[in-house]
Amino acid sequence: MATESVKYVAPETETKLQNQVFPRPGQHTTGIIDWLTTIDHKKIGFMYGLTALFFLLVGGLEALLIRSQLWNHNLDILNNREYNQMFTMHGTTMVFLVIMPLSAAFFNFVMPLQIGARDVAFPRMNTLSLWCFIAGGITLNLSWFFTGGSPAIGWFGYAPLTDNRFAEVMNDMGPDFWVFSLQILGVASLLASFNFITTIINMRAPGMTMMRLPVFTWMTLVVSFLIILAFPAITIALAELMFDRTYGTNFYDFQEGGKPHLWQHLFWIFGHPEVYILILPAMGIVSEVIPAFSRKPLFGYGLIVFSGVIIGFMGFAVWSHHMFTTGMGIVATSAFAILTMLIAIPTGVKIFNWIGTMWGGRIRFETPMLFALGFITMFMIGGFTGIMHSSVPIDAQHQDSYFVVAHFHYVLIGGALFGLFSGFYFWLPKMTGRLMNEKIGKVVFTLMFIGFNVTFFPMHYLGMIGQPRRTHTYNLGHGFEAWNQIATVGAFVLGIGIAIGVYQFVSSFFDKKLKPAGKNPWDARTLEWTLSSPVKEYNFARMPIIKSRDQAWENNYGPKEKHSEKEPLDDHGVHMPDRSWCPLVTGAGLLTLILGMLFHATKDLETGVVLERDYMIPIIGGIVFIIGIIMWAMEGPGGYHLFPKEDEE
Amino acid sequence: MSDAATHALEHHEPVTSTGIPSKKILMWAFLGSDCMFFGTLISTHLIYRKISATVGSTTVDIRNIFDIELTSFSTFILLASSLFMALAVSAIHKGNLTSTRWMLLGTIIFGSIFLACQVYEFTHFVTHEGHELTLSHYQGQDHVFGSTFYVLTGTHGTHVAIGVFWLLGWLVYSFTGKMSTADAMDIECCGLYWHFVDIVWIIIFPVVYLMEYAF
Ligand code: HEM
Ligand SMILES: [Cu+2]
Repeated sequence: MATESVKYVAPETETKLQNQVFPRPGQHTTGIIDWLTTIDHKKIGFMYGLTALFFLLVGGLEALLIRSQLWNHNLDILNNREYNQMFTMHGTTMVFLVIMPLSAAFFNFVMPLQIGARDVAFPRMNTLSLWCFIAGGITLNLSWFFTGGSPAIGWFGYAPLTDNRFAEVMNDMGPDFWVFSLQILGVASLLASFNFITTIINMRAPGMTMMRLPVFTWMTLVVSFLIILAFPAITIALAELMFDRTYGTNFYDFQEGGKPHLWQHLFWIFGHPEVYILILPAMGIVSEVIPAFSRKPLFGYGLIVFSGVIIGFMGFAVWSHHMFTTGMGIVATSAFAILTMLIAIPTGVKIFNWIGTMWGGRIRFETPMLFALGFITMFMIGGFTGIMHSSVPIDAQHQDSYFVVAHFHYVLIGGALFGLFSGFYFWLPKMTGRLMNEKIGKVVFTLMFIGFNVTFFPMHYLGMIGQPRRTHTYNLGHGFEAWNQIATVGAFVLGIGIAIGVYQFVSSFFDKKLKPAGKNPWDARTLEWTLSSPVKEYNFARMPIIKSRDQAWENNYGPKEKHSEKEPLDDHGVHMPDRSWCPLVTGAGLLTLILGMLFHATKDLETGVVLERDYMIPIIGGIVFIIGIIMWAMEGPGGYHLFPKEDEE
Repeated sequence: MSDAATHALEHHEPVTSTGIPSKKILMWAFLGSDCMFFGTLISTHLIYRKISATVGSTTVDIRNIFDIELTSFSTFILLASSLFMALAVSAIHKGNLTSTRWMLLGTIIFGSIFLACQVYEFTHFVTHEGHELTLSHYQGQDHVFGSTFYVLTGTHGTHVAIGVFWLLGWLVYSFTGKMSTADAMDIECCGLYWHFVDIVWIIIFPVVYLMEYAF
C-alpha cells in the first residue's frame, strides 16, 4: 500500500547518463583523489565535521586569549584593538565555522540514512557546498596576515564600525575579509539547504511519510528552510556593505544619508533566525538521544515537530529584540517584546516533551545521554535569561553587559555545543564502526559541564553589577576581579574538556583497539541503526519499506506487521553516481574570484584613495567558475553499478 | 508518460517520494530564497528613496533623469519574452525541436533587448549633464538613491543576464542533436526562473520608477 504513493519520473536520456566528456575518477578511486572528488554524503559529512572541529580549537584558543586578558584589571595581554579582533574572530568562527558546519556534518551523515536514501538529491552540489565552506574558513582566517589584521567589528559588524574612515588602521582590510568570507559561507549554507530540502521532500524510502520522519530529520528540514529564507537578508546587507567599502556607495554611511540603523535591522532579520539555525539541530539530536537512552518512544512526537516548525516560523518575527535600546518607538518595541515572550512557549513545550520521554523510562547514563541531559538543563537556564531580556525595561539594563554574554553562551555552549557533542558520542560509532571509551567520554562531560558553569555562571552576576561586554579591560574598584578570575579558570577547564573530546572523536577513526560497534550499540530506534557500522557506500542494499516511526526498534521488539520490509534486489544493481572534479573546480574559481576582489584595488597608502583597479584575477576566477559549471552540466551525474548481496548493508 | 515510467524502472532512475522531479523542487526552493533577496533590496530602496544627506533641504526630483517611455518599452519587452519562454517549454514538451529553437531564440533576443536598454539607461544616467546619478551622488549632492537604484536594478539585470546565458546554453545544445523531450523538465526549470525574474521586474517597475511620479 505504501509503495503506491511512489511514482517514477521521466528519465534523463541514456546518452546523458553515459556522457563522459571529461575524465572522471572511476569507481575504485581511493586516497587523496577520492577525498577531493567524492560525492558520498558520508564522506562529505566527515570532512565537514573534521574541519569544523579544527575551527572549534582555533575559536577556543581565541576565547582563552580573551579570558586571559580579563583575568585582572588593566591588563594588557591584548591591547584594545587586538581584543576587539579576538572577540570578532571568536564569534564569527564559532557561529559560522563551528556550530553551523558541525550541524551540517550531522545533516549530511545522518539525514539520508534516517529517511532511507542512498544519497542526497544533488550529490555534486553537496560537494560544492563543502568546498565553499572550506574556502570561507580560509578567507576569514587569511585576514590575520594582511593590512590591519583581522576585523575588529564584532560578529554583528555594526555600521559605522565597518566604515573605512573610522578604521584604526589605514586601509584596514579586516572587514573586507569578513564580508567576503561570510558571503561564500552563505553560498555554502544555501547550497546545502536547497539540497537537504529536496532530499527530505523527495528521496524518502517508500512508506516513510512526513509524520514518520525522525525528529532530527524534521529539524534538518526546518533549519534548511530557515537558512534559505534568512541568509538572503545578510547576503544583501553584506553586498551593500561591500559596495560601500569598495565602490563608495552610501548605504551605511551616515554622513551621506545612509542609516546605520538599517544594518542592524537587516543583520538581525538574519541574526535571530540564525540563532535558531544554531539550536534546532541540537534539539533534533537530543530528541533522538533521549528516547534511545530512556528506552521509550519520544513523548508527543507531533507536538515536538509542530513546535519546531512554529519556532522556525516565529523566529522571523522577533529580530528587533536585539535592538530594544535603539529607540524604535513604543509600538514596535512592545510588539517585539510580546512576540519574544511568546516564542518561549514552543521552546518550553519541547522541554516538557523531553522530560515526559524520560518519565518512567529505563534511563541509562551513557555519554550521549549525559550530554543530552546537560543540554536540557543548561539550555533551560539560557532560555530563562532570554525571557528575562525579552522584557524591554529589563533589557535596557542587560543590554551590552556580561549578562547577555552569559545568556548566549548558555544557549550556544550549554545548548548547541552540548547537543552536538551528544550527537558525536551517539553517531560516531555508526560512522567509524568503533565504540568510544565510555570513561574518557564521562571525563570529557564532567570537565565540560563544570568548566562551562564555572566560566559562564559568574557572568550573570558580573553583568548585573555592570561589567560591559566587548570592552577590553576594566578598572580597579568595581569588584569585577574575583569573578573574572573564576571565569578564566573555568574557561581553561572547559577548553581542556573540549580538547580531550575532539581528540577522542578524531582518534576513534584510527584507533584499532576500540571495540567494534555492531549495528545498533545503543539499542536506538531510527532507521540508520538497521545498517552496519560503518555504513556501506550504497547505504541500503535493498530499499527498505517503512512501516513505523521507530523502525529499528520495531524491527527488534515490535509486532510483525510493524517490521520493515525490503524491496527485492535489483538485477541491475545499485546505481551509484560518479565522482566529479567539477565541484572542486567551481569552488576554486569562487575562491579565486573572492581573493581577487579583495586585492583588486591599489590604494594610496596615505589617504586610502583608490588609485587603480585591476580585475585580472577576479576575472580569471570567474572564468574558472563558469568553466566548472559548464563541465558540470555537460558531464551529468554519470554512474556505475554495484551488486551487493541481499543483506550486505 | 507510461513509456517513460517503464524506461525509468529499467535504468534505475531516481524514484521521488512526491512524484515531482527533484530539480523542480530545487528550483522552487531557490526562487523562494530569491524572493527574500529581492525583498531585502526593495525594502532598502523604499526606506532610502526620499533621504537626502543635507538635512532640511528639499528632496531631489529624480524625474529629471528618468526616461519613463524607454523603461515602459523595456518592461513590455521583458514581459513579452515570458510568452516566448512559455511557448518554448510547451514546444519541447511536445517534442517540437524547431519550434523550441525559435522560441528560445525569441526569449534570448527579447531578454538581450531588455539588457541593452538597461545598459543604455545606466550610462545615460551616469553621464546626464547636470543630473548625474552615480552610486553616491545625484546632481552633485551626496545621495543614497543612486546606491539603492543601481544595486537593486543591477541585481535584477544580473539575473536576466544569467537567464540569457542559460538559454543560450540550451540553444547551443539544441544543435548537438541530443535534445529531446527528456530535457523538457530542465527547460521548464529554466522557464520557472525566467518567469520569476519577470515577476520581480513587475514589482520593481512600479516601486522604483512609477512611484516617483505618484508620491
Ligand atoms: C527562549 C528563547 C530566547 C529568548 C526569549 C531570547 C531573547 C534574547 C534577547 C532579547 C536578546 C538580546 C539581548 C540584548 O542584546 O540586550 C538575546 C541575545 C542573544 N541570544 Fe537569545 N533568546 C532566546 C534563545 C536563544 C537561543 C536558542 C540562542 C542561540 C542558540 C540565542 C542566542 C542569542 C545570542 C547569540 C544573543 C546575542 C547577540 C549579540 O548581541 O551578539 N538566544 N536573546
Ligand atoms: Cu534573538
